[in-house]
Amino acid sequence: MRAPRLRTAAAVCAVAALALAAAGCASKRDQETTSNKPEKLVFGVAGDPKTLDPALASDGESFRVARQVYETLVQPEPGTAKIVPGLATEFKPDSTGLVWTFKLKQGVKFHDGTDFNGESVCFNFNRWYNWKGMLQSQDVSSYWQDIWGGFAKNEDPKLGPSLFKSCTVKDASTVEIAITKVTSKFPAALALPSFSISSPKALQEFKADEVGGTADSLTYPEYAMKHPTGTGPYKFVEWDRPNKVVKLTRNDAYNGTKAKIKDLYFQTISDLDARKQALRAGSIQGYDLVAPQDVKVLKGEGFNVLTRPAFNILYLAINQSGNPALAKLEVRQAIAYALDRKSIVDSKYPEGSTVAINFHPSSLEGYNDAVTKYDYDVNKAKTLLAQAGYANGLTLRFGYPTEVTRPYMPDPKGIFELMKTNLEAAGIKIEPVALKWTPDYLNKMTTGKDHDIHLLGWTGDYGDAYNFIGTFFDRQKDEWGFNNPTLFAKFAEADKEADLQKRYALYKELNKMLLDFLPGVPVAHGPPSLVLAKNVGGVKASPLTDERYYTAEYTG
Amino acid sequence: MFRFVVRRLLQLIPVLLGLSLLLFVWLHRLPGGPETALLGERGTPETRAMVRKQLGLDQPILVQYGRFMKRMLTGDLGNSIDTKQPVMQEFLDRFPGTVELTITAMIFAIGIGIPLGYLAARRRASWLDNMSVAGSLVAVCVPIFFLGYLVKQLLAVNLGWFPPAGRQDVTISATHVTNFYVVDGILTGEWDAAWDAIMHLVLPGLTLASIPLAIIVRITRASVLEVLGEDYVRTARAKGLTERRIRGRHILRNAMLPIITVMGLLTGGLLSGAVLTETVFAFTGIGQFVRQSISNLDYPVLMGFIMIIALIYVLVNLVVDVSYGLIDPRVRVR
Amino acid sequence: MTQLGKRKLEKLERLAELSAINAGERGESLWREAFKRLRRNPTAIIGAGILLLFILIAIIGPFFVPYDEKDTHWIGQVSARDNIIPGPSAQHWLGIDHNGRDEFSRMIVGAQNTLFVGVVATAIGLIFGCLLGGLSGAAFGLGGKRGRQLDNVLMRFVDMLLAMPSLLLAVSIVTILGPSLPTVIIAVGVIVIPTFARLLRGSMIAQASAEYVVAATSLGVSRRKIALTHILPNSAAPVIVQATLTLATAIIEVAGLSFLGLGNPDPSVPEWGTMLNDALQVFEFAPRLAVFPALGIIITALGFTLLGEAMREALDPKLRK
Repeated sequence: MRAPRLRTAAAVCAVAALALAAAGCASKRDQETTSNKPEKLVFGVAGDPKTLDPALASDGESFRVARQVYETLVQPEPGTAKIVPGLATEFKPDSTGLVWTFKLKQGVKFHDGTDFNGESVCFNFNRWYNWKGMLQSQDVSSYWQDIWGGFAKNEDPKLGPSLFKSCTVKDASTVEIAITKVTSKFPAALALPSFSISSPKALQEFKADEVGGTADSLTYPEYAMKHPTGTGPYKFVEWDRPNKVVKLTRNDAYNGTKAKIKDLYFQTISDLDARKQALRAGSIQGYDLVAPQDVKVLKGEGFNVLTRPAFNILYLAINQSGNPALAKLEVRQAIAYALDRKSIVDSKYPEGSTVAINFHPSSLEGYNDAVTKYDYDVNKAKTLLAQAGYANGLTLRFGYPTEVTRPYMPDPKGIFELMKTNLEAAGIKIEPVALKWTPDYLNKMTTGKDHDIHLLGWTGDYGDAYNFIGTFFDRQKDEWGFNNPTLFAKFAEADKEADLQKRYALYKELNKMLLDFLPGVPVAHGPPSLVLAKNVGGVKASPLTDERYYTAEYTG
Repeated sequence: MFRFVVRRLLQLIPVLLGLSLLLFVWLHRLPGGPETALLGERGTPETRAMVRKQLGLDQPILVQYGRFMKRMLTGDLGNSIDTKQPVMQEFLDRFPGTVELTITAMIFAIGIGIPLGYLAARRRASWLDNMSVAGSLVAVCVPIFFLGYLVKQLLAVNLGWFPPAGRQDVTISATHVTNFYVVDGILTGEWDAAWDAIMHLVLPGLTLASIPLAIIVRITRASVLEVLGEDYVRTARAKGLTERRIRGRHILRNAMLPIITVMGLLTGGLLSGAVLTETVFAFTGIGQFVRQSISNLDYPVLMGFIMIIALIYVLVNLVVDVSYGLIDPRVRVR
Repeated sequence: MTQLGKRKLEKLERLAELSAINAGERGESLWREAFKRLRRNPTAIIGAGILLLFILIAIIGPFFVPYDEKDTHWIGQVSARDNIIPGPSAQHWLGIDHNGRDEFSRMIVGAQNTLFVGVVATAIGLIFGCLLGGLSGAAFGLGGKRGRQLDNVLMRFVDMLLAMPSLLLAVSIVTILGPSLPTVIIAVGVIVIPTFARLLRGSMIAQASAEYVVAATSLGVSRRKIALTHILPNSAAPVIVQATLTLATAIIEVAGLSFLGLGNPDPSVPEWGTMLNDALQVFEFAPRLAVFPALGIIITALGFTLLGEAMREALDPKLRK
């Protein structure tokens, strides 16, 4: 008979459920009583790392893992952008400024037991310098190209000569790195995680340079996906892909203060809302890039919200090779006057954000507040447009990225929306161009001529203004579409200047020139925040997003 | 019977072939082609040419299609651009999650829907009946992701009765054997892991079940109503059979037919709805990965997953057709 | 007249009665009777009432809104860091949204855009679906062997579209064509083509084997004339019902596509689906911004569904006394 069978089935299910519940509660309680302080820190992240070999990476999540597992020759002082010794205890240039001698730390071993020494350092540099084929593509080795330029044998003529000349092993604890010209980038850039030192043995054993692929897909080598081997306070355990978690554990042989928390997991939870809920539920103990509207709420609930000093910039880029109107200075000025930047910052950005008046934050030397400010003035914008001959209006394509938040741009859609209304009030019609952050947005907005204005920004890599304004404007670039030899010459002068005070004066001049020439409009500096559980302390927020979790500990 | 099944299977082939052709053309017609998706940010023309050669994109389109079909038949659907893992692998890793979710939703939909529909039919025009009909009409009109957010906000955030997201608490360190988390927990004796997995299934399961529940209530009610009026029920009553017997043997069995049909149709709906529900609850099944792949423009994954889902959908409908034929002999004759 | 002929005539007459071709001669026409039944049905009244209100608001409302729906003028009152978004007040009946715009104006204009999207998407599905289904049905019923082959091919194509869960099909289409309002409408329209095609075809096939068609054919009436003047009008009823029901689901599918990031890239254009999606990011401290468009969608979809269901019941010949 059907009915009684159904009834007994239902009864059985109910009993089973109750049993599971009881067992579940019981086991949970057991877990809690056996350990006093948790041995694991789970940090929620927005996306999977692309690769565990930082030399092949350009995304923040790959770097976040790399910063725990690897070390660099020099590193930023925790909580600042200042450079201090890392794997190199001393570093100084010779009289020409072209040869730098690095004295290396003694007694350091890689996670696979091999020794860290001069040979391993030069092995790494030579590896990067001698890359060929796929490894020379922009997507794979972007940081090498941004800092060092070219390779030993450039396959793309546009790459140019390399900044790197050679790496010589003087002895087991001394190396000499020769560069081809004096630059502001050196040695600060060596703090970037892309230039972490990997174990040569592991690099060779796991074929770290075999980036290949069969039809329809690129494959990363085994080293990059399964065997990252550095010298850092945490070592790699496993990357559990289906569950999207990277697992690290304490390196007990670390040469330095050992990690306080034994296991460190990076759990991918792509939805911001879900990350927040997971934090509240206790299944993760922290996450990065707290939405501005959540800062107050989470603080109120007792969480540790750490705000990083704003080390970024959001700008509205203007392509002078796009719509011909943009090549006229009055039009660019009109755009600047039309934007109500203060309202944007006040309504969309977290506490401590400021309207940007230079293209880099005020904490960097060379900041110049005696520049043209372009305060919000719609009428002035209209007058300027009329002067330029566009009294009847102008139509511009305005690009903004979707499905992403950046530390400098917490709400791209909202910011776009507000700017659009501002510009339309001044008589500029807007055609929205919404593209996904990866892979289309950056490609479309920074190459070719087919774009007018767009939103983009930058978080600094190291503590020098050149990292901002030089990266943007020191040579002709498709993103900005202009050729200004006077400006470029000034940049070259500043880059070459070895005397710091003189260089900072040149930066000040450059900032003034930039705000007069107005290749774009600087918009905002927004201090991004990360949040940690109430009982987690010891982490210092870094303006470079360079938090090291080996100092984290559970309090009380 | 056998010929019926074989005939239906044969009808499947041109459909799937057409689908694969459509998807292949789609993949290659994309603006910029697959190499844009790969190089994205700043691909110079030279590196793009290099990648095209590497991926075999410079060969005639028919050759490419041939290679593509050959690989598909061996189960090789290419690699995800985002995670660099084989698409098939990604699917198999995440499929158990969606299956658990779908089963949970079906349990809710059937477990609540059939009794409710039956009761509504037996007590026509009562408060219960009117509420059920009204409720089922409204439920179909609510966007499922909004319902998910509401449910999440009320039951998970405000009341804290259930976890708000994910499939399982990472801090539990559950061992996974089959990737069916509930089953794994039971198999390995980690009862807390199994219970935790179940708790994570409740809210998304309820959300996903909303539409199937509504439909099942209405269909059950309509079927039962129809059957109640039929002659053989009156005959059975006249014969003196107990209500229970009538209910079980006659009414419910005849009501099963449309329900089974609906379940087949609903599988497709569940797979679609799973994309939205899994996204709202950050539930790492195939739906959530589809959402991610849309975001990342991960075409190999989108194409591969859609292919597999279509196959499953068609097979499920086939099973429904066959079981329909088993239950109702009149159907087989066709 | 022979015995057989008399029997045939009786059958024809009875069939005609049932199919109600000869309006006014044998009882009332299908449509008149259906309408009378609808008028008495409470769900139909509610449904129609909701829809009338919705259409009224959608068409006339935008002329009377207090503010420009795209004006972000009041952004000064919004603050993300302090979690402030002003709620309903005397100047703003439904409050302000997260980008400083008047919510009431946006809801009204949103009604218009939402109606537009729903109608166009359904129209696309209806037109192409009926073309496909009608051709197929006519071919099957009237075309003999070649006709049946054509029908088979067309239906295989329809099966292919049906083989994919609808949302994924829509996703594929929008991804290829690039997200924009037109592509979303096209995608949702394409999803419902198979439903209309199947429906019309089935209806026409059922009609085609009716005896009056056999009679007309044997009388020498051209096949085209039969199809257009007899079969088509009688198959129209279920299509109209389906169109009404589809309007409901179309609006919801569009909202779903927005949620997946495939909606209109211009965030200033108010449409209830995109408004709902945008409001989810501030759901925790301003849930009303999501609730308003959601209620709009639910009530409107409900209106269409109620009316459609009532119409289906009214037009169902089985329920006639």
